[in-house]
Amino acid sequence: MKFLDEFRDPTAARRLLAEIRRAATRPWTLMEVCGGQTHSLLRHGIDAELEGIVELIHGPGCPVCVTPLEAIDFACELCLRGDTMLVSFGDMLRVPGSRGSLLDARAAGGNVRTVYSPLDAVELAHRHPELQVVFFAVGFETTTPTTALAVHLAAARELENFSLLVAHVRVMPAMEAIAASADCRVQAFLAAGHVCTVTGCAEYAPFVARFQIPVVVTGFEPVDLLQGILECVRQLESGRLRVANCYRRTAHDSGNPTAQRLVSDVFEICDRPWRGFGVIPRGGVKLRAEFKRFDAEPRFAGTRLPVLDPTECKSADVLAGRIKPTACASFGTTCTPDSPLGAPMVSSEGACAAYFRYAGSSHTPTHATRP
Amino acid sequence: MNQHLSSPSCPALSTTDGQQITLAHGEGGRLMRRLLRERILPALEGTRKHDEDDAATLPLVKGQCAFTTDSYVVSPLSFPGGDIGTLCVYGTVNDLAVAGARPLWISLSLIIEEGLGLPVLDSVLQSIAAAAREANVTVVTGDTKVVPRGAADRLFINTSGVGLLLSPPIAGPAELRSNDELLVSGPIGRHGMAVMAAREQLDIQPCPTSDCASLVAAVEALRAAEVPVVALRDATRGGVAAVLHEWADRCDCTLAIEEASIPVTPDVRGVCELLGLDPLHVANEGTMVAAVRPGFGAAATDALRKVPASAKAAIIGRTTERSISPVVVRRGLGRYLPLDEPSGAPLPRIC
Repeated sequence: MKFLDEFRDPTAARRLLAEIRRAATRPWTLMEVCGGQTHSLLRHGIDAELEGIVELIHGPGCPVCVTPLEAIDFACELCLRGDTMLVSFGDMLRVPGSRGSLLDARAAGGNVRTVYSPLDAVELAHRHPELQVVFFAVGFETTTPTTALAVHLAAARELENFSLLVAHVRVMPAMEAIAASADCRVQAFLAAGHVCTVTGCAEYAPFVARFQIPVVVTGFEPVDLLQGILECVRQLESGRLRVANCYRRTAHDSGNPTAQRLVSDVFEICDRPWRGFGVIPRGGVKLRAEFKRFDAEPRFAGTRLPVLDPTECKSADVLAGRIKPTACASFGTTCTPDSPLGAPMVSSEGACAAYFRYAGSSHTPTHATRP
Repeated sequence: MNQHLSSPSCPALSTTDGQQITLAHGEGGRLMRRLLRERILPALEGTRKHDEDDAATLPLVKGQCAFTTDSYVVSPLSFPGGDIGTLCVYGTVNDLAVAGARPLWISLSLIIEEGLGLPVLDSVLQSIAAAAREANVTVVTGDTKVVPRGAADRLFINTSGVGLLLSPPIAGPAELRSNDELLVSGPIGRHGMAVMAAREQLDIQPCPTSDCASLVAAVEALRAAEVPVVALRDATRGGVAAVLHEWADRCDCTLAIEEASIPVTPDVRGVCELLGLDPLHVANEGTMVAAVRPGFGAAATDALRKVPASAKAAIIGRTTERSISPVVVRRGLGRYLPLDEPSGAPLPRIC
């Protein structure tokens, strides 16, 4: 498969692994920002291959994981009103709020639909004029443009029964929060290649200058990841820190101007609470005044139940990279993908789920070189 | 009294046979008898027993029989490569085949939501008849119920099946030992991706098609080639990963497979990549996992490849002594990594 197989080529991957081992004179600590990268690293055993050479701290780049409990609770309340349809990406359904997940709410009679694109939510609103259709808009800069497009479409169709529960977040402020924290151990960042495809790579230059931490724009396949790691190690070893782009097949300096324009037409930057981080200044977006009529929060204002954060779940520390998933006492015992306490155990991009699936026991079967 | 007479609590009975199923079709009266005599029974002609009695009378099987039941609630009712009709025959027949039985008889129970179009029902019945002929089974008894709108999703079908257990019997996963060879009978994940693409109207070209097919001939080919089969299982919900985990639970081995050896069609791979799913977790409806004794993997694939439903059979791994992980997969970089058991229906990821 073009654009996949060449980036999963075992020979190229092994050559890069050898180069990383040669280049590193001491252990380095990197953070991969995106949850998709975390899963790929663990799925292919790259973290184990680099043990003692490169430590990988898993970043906060899983959109459903950082969505605050309040937003999930609100979504659950909305879908149970009787006059609403809550439309969401599939990932969100199993994520527990403080009183259960959207799957639980659906089992209790809530009207919840999953879609692959926010544009489908607009179509649902068009087809169901008798219902208020609320799209649960989550995700980083990768999904915000299509949400913006959905708002444009809903405005053009003059839909009065379509609104958004906006929980879109921005990755750069979270990286700044991590880099600025007193206990930050990250020596280099693997930035999320698909986010940079939209936003461009240029915005990282001031970040590198300010924090003296290199940023390497990196993809998601084994060869992509190893190229990114090698570039980090070379920069750290040489002391010449800069922004490097190892995902040139889609990411460029200026990004995607059409997508950027769409987003800035509809949204403006705001402070936003992140699960695990608290409120991150400029950490998200909200609807501009001229599109405020599509905001679900004022439309369905009312009394909300208080949020109950499970104390036995250490997902806040996991998301901030302070601990590994396995350091949480609930990991694999009271918290599993079947009955998750926190979002990182749910999502296909969550670090806890990645550890549960792939990590901890990578090995070669006894007496078998090739089954 | 007048008020009572005008109340809508007593709906008028439909006396006409329109183009859709009504509740009256399920009430046991003339409409129901017509539905049976004019549509259901003729459609199944040649694949059913010639009686309308409440119970089928069947000859006692000499030896042991296998008995299975399954309900089919697929949505949408038809999808590329099949429909609920093919599914309800092949699903039950395959359960018998992988248990080491030759399927003989099936029952057919229809639960129809009122309002289902008669052409839809006709088309499903045609599929049932064709699949029954292909699998060489007879529909010996059946039932039809109609439920109010909203009480079912258009059409649910239950089929039960009886088959004659053949000799030698299949040992079963508890008998798996180190170095047994693991195979799949064809490319994996096709049914799940075909249904998901159809259900979500993902406009993907080429669209994946379901593998929905009878495995009777494939199992028969293994038997004819005298391959010592240890375990067989059609990899339905949960996919190949679920089968391997179930077997690992019942034996003392680790099941180790090679990602590079697992057949996956480019369309399925493409959709899985797009949605962030692992084909190993995706459902099949005409693809089985087989475990055979050491040294018989090649003979098994040779035999399977002569049958159209298993023409792309492949060896995917083998059993080893039990290590920490019950099921492992060797990924591209050469490391064996644990293969997770699916915890529920796969949910596509966001990005």
